[in-house]
Order: sequence, then C-alpha cells, then structure tokens
Amino acid sequence: MQLTSPESLIFWTTIIFVVFFILLRKFAWKPILGAVQSREESINNALASAESARLEMLNLTASNERILQEARVERDALLKEAREMREKMIADSKAEAQVQGERMIEQAKTAIAAEKNAAMAELKSQVSTLSLDIAEKLLKNELSNKEAQTKLVENMLGDVKLN
Amino acid sequence: MIISKKPLQFLLVAFMACVPYISNANPLIDSVHVANEIVVEHHAEATHEKKEFNATDLINSHIGDSHEFHIADWEGHPISFYLPVILWTNNGLEVFSAEAFHHDNTGEHVVDVNGQKLVRFNEVIFYADKYEELSLDDRKNGAFAFDARPLDFSITKNVFSMFMSAIVMFFLFLVVARSYNKNKLAPKGLAGFLEPLVTFVRDDIARPNIGEKQYAKYMPYLLTIFFFIWINNLIGLIPFFPFSSNLTGNIYFTFVLAFITFIVTTLSGNKDYWGHIFNTPGVPVWLAPIMIPVEIIGMLTKPFALMIRLFANITAGHIIILSLVSLIFIFDTVWISPISGAFVLFMSVLEMLVAALQAYVFTLLSALFIGQAVAEHDHH
Repeated sequence: MQLTSPESLIFWTTIIFVVFFILLRKFAWKPILGAVQSREESINNALASAESARLEMLNLTASNERILQEARVERDALLKEAREMREKMIADSKAEAQVQGERMIEQAKTAIAAEKNAAMAELKSQVSTLSLDIAEKLLKNELSNKEAQTKLVENMLGDVKLN
Repeated sequence: MIISKKPLQFLLVAFMACVPYISNANPLIDSVHVANEIVVEHHAEATHEKKEFNATDLINSHIGDSHEFHIADWEGHPISFYLPVILWTNNGLEVFSAEAFHHDNTGEHVVDVNGQKLVRFNEVIFYADKYEELSLDDRKNGAFAFDARPLDFSITKNVFSMFMSAIVMFFLFLVVARSYNKNKLAPKGLAGFLEPLVTFVRDDIARPNIGEKQYAKYMPYLLTIFFFIWINNLIGLIPFFPFSSNLTGNIYFTFVLAFITFIVTTLSGNKDYWGHIFNTPGVPVWLAPIMIPVEIIGMLTKPFALMIRLFANITAGHIIILSLVSLIFIFDTVWISPISGAFVLFMSVLEMLVAALQAYVFTLLSALFIGQAVAEHDHH
C-alpha cells in the first residue's frame, strides 16, 4: 500500500469517530438499549407472573382435590355411622319388641289364665245353680202326684239293693 | 432443487453461446481499454499505445487513499469525483479542488496556489522546490517527509467514505431508536434486524468479557466500533462509486480505532490492573526492572495487534480480489475471465464473512482488554 499523508486520515477519523460515538450514544444506543432492556424485563415479568399463576392454579386444584377428598371421607364416615346407627336401632327395637312381645304374651297368658279361672269358677257356680234349679224343678215335677212319688220311691228302693 | 435446475442449465447454455461472440468482438477494444487504463496509471507516457501492465501499481492505487474518487474512464480520459484538498502550508490554510492536479501523481504537474508551487507524487503533496531536492526513495517515503510538504488535511476518498457511512449509519440508527417510541411490541423492520446484533454484542461480547457489573458502561463504545467497522468493511467491498474505498484496510484508520481502545482500556484500568503492571504479584522485587518494561510492552502490543489484524485482513482481501481481476490483463485474454470471475465471486462472498468476522473480533478483543482492565481479582 502506498502510504499517504497520515495526518489527514488520523485527524478526520478521530473527529468523525468521536462525534459519531457521542451522537450515537445519546440518540441511538441509549434509547435502543433502554427499550431492549425494558422489553426484556417486561417479558421476564410476564413469564414470571404466568408461572406464578400456573403454580397458584396448581395449588387451587390441589386444594380442591383435598377438600373433595375430605368431603368424600366425611361422607363415607357419615354413611357408615348412619348405617351402624340404623342397624343398632333395628337391633335395639327388635330386642325391645321381643321383650315387649314376650311380656305381652306373658301378660296375655296370665290374663287368659285368670279369665279362664274366673270363667271356670263362674261356670262352676252357674252349673251348680243350674243343677240345683234342674233338680228342684225335677223334684217339683216328680213329686207333684202321689203315684209318681211312690214309683220313684219304689225305683229308688229298687236300685238300692239290700245286702 | 428441481426448480433451480432448469434456469441454471439455461444460463449455462446462454453463457456458452455468448462466449465466442464476446471473444470475437472484443479483443481489440479490450486491449485498447487495458492500454487506456495503463496510460491513466502512468500518465507520463500518455503517447504510448501499449505498455507493460503493472498489477502492483494497479492494486496499490486501488487499496490506497486518493484525493479524488476515480469513477470510470471514458475514451482515455478518467472521470473522477474531485474532493477538496485542505492544506496547512507555510502561508496558512489553503483549500482547493483536487482537479487542479489534473490526475497527475508523478510530480510533473505544478499547481500554483496563492503563489505557492505544489506538486503531487503518489498521492502526497509536496512543495515543488523542496520536491526537486528529494531523492526517489525520499519521494516514495514522502508521507513522512514533513519538512518537504504542507500538512494535508484533505477530505480524501477514505475520509469522504467515512463521512458518508457515519451520516447514513447515524440516521439509520436514529430511525431505529425512534421506532421504539411508537412500537412497544416486538421489533419489526430495521429494528428487528438491528436488535439481534445489539443483543449479540451485549450478551456474547460485553457481558462475558467485561462482567455483569461494569459492561453497561462500555456498551455504547462496543456497539459503535462494531457497526462502524462492519459497515465500513462492507462499503469497501462494493466495487463502484461512491463506495469501494479501502477505509478499514487503511492502517491510519485502524491505528486510530486501536488507539481509542487503548485509551479506553488505560483509563478504565483499576488498582489491580496497574498493580499487575508495576508490581506483578508473585514476582520478586528485584525482577521489577525486567517485568515493568515487559508489562508495558504487553499493554502496547494488545492495541497494536488490533491495528494490524484489521488492516491486514481487509487489505489482504482487497489485494486478492484485485489480483484475480488483474489476471485477465496479465494473461491478456478474455478467456480467463470466467475463471477469474468465479474466483472473484467466491472471494467476495468470503470477504463479506470476513467483514463481519473482523468487526466481531475487533469488538471482542476490545471488550476483552477492557475486561482485563476492570476485572476485580480476589487473589493472594
């Protein structure tokens, strides 16, 4: 390369470069770098908030699941309790009914027995009264005439065998 | 694959069909054209019809700086975009158009500017009287013969290109920065293109090398050098006016950038950084007379390597492309042009990769050096 006057290019390069640098720094690099940085920050923020929203969502789902699980367990427990209670009640009432029934039967039996005895006693008295009445009527009837009376006495005497 | 097959064959056939036409029709014009170009390169012997083609001169003139922007040649006359020449002479500041030199670069054409006689040799402007006293070697190294020439602050091709790229880039980035006010959503358009690069510089260059705590302070500088070098690398690859300047392949330019990185590094150096230079931990005190110069050389070699790396990579790419183009004129046949063209295409694509890569490397190493200067060691 043919070396030309060095001062020309050195002088102008220095001036142009320094001025170019100062102008660009003020009017281009500051706004561009600022915009790039602020956008990067906004992107990062958006990503971070999306991530946190996702985590929150996940938490929410998990807690929903947990609540549901708890509810299910509670429901199962309740159902079980109810079933047990029902069975117990049934068993209890069965037993009570049995006892009651037995007692009632017993009472009925006693009552029946008492009634029967009473009826028997009544019947007996009735029968005896009736018998007496019949006997009375029969005797009255038999002893209304002489002949019959004699016959009776004869019959009776006939029955009674003298030994 | 299937879609692309047919047009490719068609193109190939069309190209083959055209080759004889081109080769039959053009040798004369071509040689005249070569002659013209050579005549322009060596203005002194304009009367010669044909001269030995000198690829070195051609390449040197293309990768070097210039007072005018050469656009094309028309019937043997160069069409140029003349740039202002700004000189600090013994009589003060002089500004005039480069047209005054009439494309002369051999020291033959004397220009009279307000009574001062000036000549130009290899793009360096001398006082005519002092120029006569210089030997050829001194003339060739005229760039540093400060007593024989006025100080030259001209808007050269590279300065012009740098102005243009800086203005265009500034407005592009301004538009992008403005777009963020209106569009709070995901970036689109130019911002969508620029933003990944900005975040790339931030996340892959600044953060890992400088550290989470301090990187933000150096982001504007790193972004500026990254885009400044990258865009100027790309501008240098576009082979026509108003691009094609070899700005990033100019060692003065890379020197300034490397020097700025050096200043930034030195100014941000903390206690540990200076401690390592002047009192390297773990080294006996009596070694200090050796260690301190070594460390200071180490401080300087880092930006020096930056300067040479960018300059050499970009210039090498330009030289290879220009050499491949020159092959056509060296072999003096148009038949070499498909091969040469294919190689030029390949190299141009490779250079586009190198353009981005060198911008990345320069920025990465700047970040690394700054990172070393601001690193907080918790040692010993």
